[in-house]
Amino acid sequence: MTATADKPAAEVVDTVTLTIDGTEVTVPKGTLIIRAAEQVGIEIPRFCDHPALKPAGACRQCLVDVASPAGPEGKLRAFPKPQASCTMTVTEGMVVNTQHTSEEADRAQKGVMELLLINHPLDCPVCDKGGECPLQNQAMSHGRPESRFVDVKRVFEKPLALSSEILLDRERCVLCQRCTRFSKEIAGDAFIDLQNRGAQQQIGTFDEDVLDFDGYRPVGAATVDEAGKAFSSYYSGNTVQICPVGALTSAAYRFRSRPFDLVSSPSIAEHDSSGSAIRIDHRRGKILRRLAENDPVVNEDWISDKDRFAFAWQNLSDRLTRPLVRKDGELVETSWPEALAAAAAGIKAATAADDEGASRGAAVLTGGRVTLEDAYAYQKLARVVLGTNDVDFRARTASDEEQAFLGSQVAGTGLGVTFGELEKAPAVLLVGFEPEDEGGVVFLRLRKSLGRQRVAAVAPFLSRGAEKLGATLVPAAPGREAAVLAELPEDVRDALSQPGAVVVLGERAAEAPGAFVAAQELASSTGARLAWIPRRAGERGAVEAGALPGLLPGGRTATLKGARDVVAKAWGVDALPSAKGRDTAGILKAAAEGAIGALVVGGVSASDLAGDVSAALEATGFVVSLEVRRSEIAEAADVVLPVAPPSEKPGTFVNWEGRLRGFATAIRTDAMPDHRVLDLLAREWGVELGTGTVEAVNAELAALGAADAAHRPAAPKARAARNPRPKKGTAVLATWHQLVDEGALQDGEPYLAGTGRVAVARMSAATAAALGDAVSVEVSTEAGAVELPLVVTDGMVDGVVWVPVKSPGSWVARDLRATAGAVVSVKGAA
Amino acid sequence: MSGSDEVWKVNRERDAQRETFESNLPKKGPIGEALAPVAGFGVSLRNFFRPTVTEQYPKVKVPTMPRYHGRHQLNRHPDGLEKCIGCELCAWACPADAIYVEADSNTPDHQVSPGERYGRVYQINYLRCIFCGLCIEACPTRALTMTNEYELAGPTREGLIYEKQDLLAPMGENMLAAPHPMVPGTTDGSYYRQEVDGPVEEQVAWVREHRPDDPTLPENRGKEPVEDDAPREERYTSPQHAAGAMGSARLGYMGGGKL
Repeated sequence: MTATADKPAAEVVDTVTLTIDGTEVTVPKGTLIIRAAEQVGIEIPRFCDHPALKPAGACRQCLVDVASPAGPEGKLRAFPKPQASCTMTVTEGMVVNTQHTSEEADRAQKGVMELLLINHPLDCPVCDKGGECPLQNQAMSHGRPESRFVDVKRVFEKPLALSSEILLDRERCVLCQRCTRFSKEIAGDAFIDLQNRGAQQQIGTFDEDVLDFDGYRPVGAATVDEAGKAFSSYYSGNTVQICPVGALTSAAYRFRSRPFDLVSSPSIAEHDSSGSAIRIDHRRGKILRRLAENDPVVNEDWISDKDRFAFAWQNLSDRLTRPLVRKDGELVETSWPEALAAAAAGIKAATAADDEGASRGAAVLTGGRVTLEDAYAYQKLARVVLGTNDVDFRARTASDEEQAFLGSQVAGTGLGVTFGELEKAPAVLLVGFEPEDEGGVVFLRLRKSLGRQRVAAVAPFLSRGAEKLGATLVPAAPGREAAVLAELPEDVRDALSQPGAVVVLGERAAEAPGAFVAAQELASSTGARLAWIPRRAGERGAVEAGALPGLLPGGRTATLKGARDVVAKAWGVDALPSAKGRDTAGILKAAAEGAIGALVVGGVSASDLAGDVSAALEATGFVVSLEVRRSEIAEAADVVLPVAPPSEKPGTFVNWEGRLRGFATAIRTDAMPDHRVLDLLAREWGVELGTGTVEAVNAELAALGAADAAHRPAAPKARAARNPRPKKGTAVLATWHQLVDEGALQDGEPYLAGTGRVAVARMSAATAAALGDAVSVEVSTEAGAVELPLVVTDGMVDGVVWVPVKSPGSWVARDLRATAGAVVSVKGAA
Repeated sequence: MSGSDEVWKVNRERDAQRETFESNLPKKGPIGEALAPVAGFGVSLRNFFRPTVTEQYPKVKVPTMPRYHGRHQLNRHPDGLEKCIGCELCAWACPADAIYVEADSNTPDHQVSPGERYGRVYQINYLRCIFCGLCIEACPTRALTMTNEYELAGPTREGLIYEKQDLLAPMGENMLAAPHPMVPGTTDGSYYRQEVDGPVEEQVAWVREHRPDDPTLPENRGKEPVEDDAPREERYTSPQHAAGAMGSARLGYMGGGKL
């Protein structure tokens, strides 16, 4: 069902022909009766059955009468009792009679329904599922009109908070085990399970009181994860969506609305580069919840909790609705024409030649979160209006090597490695990529192949996500990845030589000098394919759009005159700037030195950047900020132009596969997307940017197409890897973003934040021993320090300390001004 | 002669043959025939001597029939907790889309109704309401009923959207204003079965601790400000009062560590 989309069309499958309710149907061998019935449009009621989960036969609601040929003559012999159609596979000549044609099956189903309702409370009016509840619907269509039950119903304490986000109401549970099966089979976070027996059987956390150890209590404390939380999963929201009753609800949506209040709009999640299909449910212009949509080729049925719950950020009280212009040192609200005029006049003045004829240039920063169309407009503004190649979308560590790799291997190459190919790959090597924290649903796809796929991770230690994939660790201190890739263990190299193997490069591959070169060499020597999986939703789109200092749209290199001429002709301008552009770090450095006259910033969080942002903003003559909310950069800007968040604009995210994930406006407001604002801004110079609408931008992008081979940048060249030798009292910093952390797009959602993992500092036993009896570690640089509890991690590379990038109490870029691979001081604290 | 003229002529001939109209009413006698032109005045004349039906509204207000469908009312349990649980079934049932509800979670610091859920926002738009009473039938907790109040007119559209504080029933004699905890040892089921018949000491103590100035506390009942001479019910249901009480309670709730 979900896997068929990737299958080649001409695959010969054995088929079986059977009869359901008198209709003959031919289905592939091994199909379940309930699926075969779906194919002929016969609906069998069910609760526990889910196409993406293994059959359980837990709820018994799908009972049907079955007869199959038996004996030497093949005479039809009926099963003595009705059978669960969700667990029984079809056989040749089988005759199935559902509740539509068999009184016995109908009676059995009604009986099961009555039993399920015995202990189900009649609290539909206060239940979040009311109105979209399979149990409610099927009780209406198949249940008795009056209850015969007169005794007292089973009661439990309600609700039980499995985490700050997921609430469990055990009274409502029909024990279908969809949630526990999802947790075990799909996410690999088996924190909840069935416990107890008989009438007291219930779903729960591993609670000793419920499990009733009765003196058989373990001596030590029961195992908990480092967060100290019971149900710590990045995918827990999916259990709420697949729960067929209201037993699992989310704190964020609890009692917020009813299904008939909601307007549902399909959209694409803006939190990671997977481009998961979601459904936005909103009421009176306010988003109330987001659900996973089924997209068989991308996210199947699932999304991460970040995609599901992190949407409050765009409607916080600091949302910008009107343009702001700095007057007498204060940002004051103005009209659009005044703000646009002020922005253009300010940029012109700041970049104009001074008395000595020297002029300072302008630069553009876009944060990697904007859509393809927006990124295109930003870089076109930079090159056509501001006359500079100083444009970069990477609000993270970036390198020229990465840019050369993106230009030669990624930009304009269309659909590369797909989710389906990643799932079917016999071996996957992860470089600078943490599947769970940085991948979202990529992790679920990899985990689907658990046991069939060899996963190896080049990392300082095996993270919990990698562990759940059964990955082997190829130990590498940060910055040493290139050397490690060159000398991979023989078994990993052999595994990668199998056809279909994939080497995944994450955004952190840019932090390791030479990693892209080494990965390319590895790919060419083993035949493995390369996949670049960035973290942010807009990164691949920005690469396609050319929002990089050295890349024009379609992967054309900005330093080649031929490539520039093609683009200049398409844009109808004489020439494009030829000076070499600077990347984000270079722009910030130049700005701090006073070499940048004007800065146009869109969607960048200052705290993501390791450079000195406040000094850069201070020294820059004029700053224009395009923002959804009053961010730090907006506060320091001279003109702030409000732009629309993804739910209020149409656009396209290009996911890591290279798949275009277009979405339409979910909620109509008067907020304008970035590309339209930039189009209006360019008119102040008398330039028609032509980015007023999504259609116009896409037409331009289509006309430009991908670069000729001659116009692409050369493949990256090897560069000697730094080889940091930590001295006593120092360690090499390893760091990455946890999926649920304090990112700007997760603001305003305390329930989600509560499911995040606590920030800890990780070290190997030997490295930790050097600190003495430390309980916590203070990691410091010249810029500042963070102190986190110490967790000794088995198998971790010595001389390395890991801290999360932006988790509570650990803002590495802001507090340490350091990136992975830097040598930091470590000090133990009792 | 054209065809249409022919048709016209035939029709006119048919008209001429038609029988004249004869009334089934009894024929009047000769006197009646003679007075027929002024018979209409007889109706007026007759009513001079009948009792008058003119109602002296608004000077005199006549009671409606007991089941008249007037303005809605959100009822309270005997201890003052609201009956509305914010389930939105009334809004679902409403054929005119006149009801808007937003629910929220009850918390130990802010228990507005028995159980887990209460209606935080409750609006009825009386420009849309058709007074059909389907909402009353849908209400699972008998929170929503209709009063006989029919004076629903106003100079603004906004004014005819009644908020929760406009719709809530006046506080009864012994009631204690919500929010306050449920009667200890009871469930929402006990409230539904009418097993709670008034506030208990624990609830009074809770309100005394959290809102010592609450006018529904027994010790505050006599001590109303003298200048305020509006009837008791109106004071309790006036928007300012309700908003003030809600506002301070919400602040306490926010500070209670929920967020």
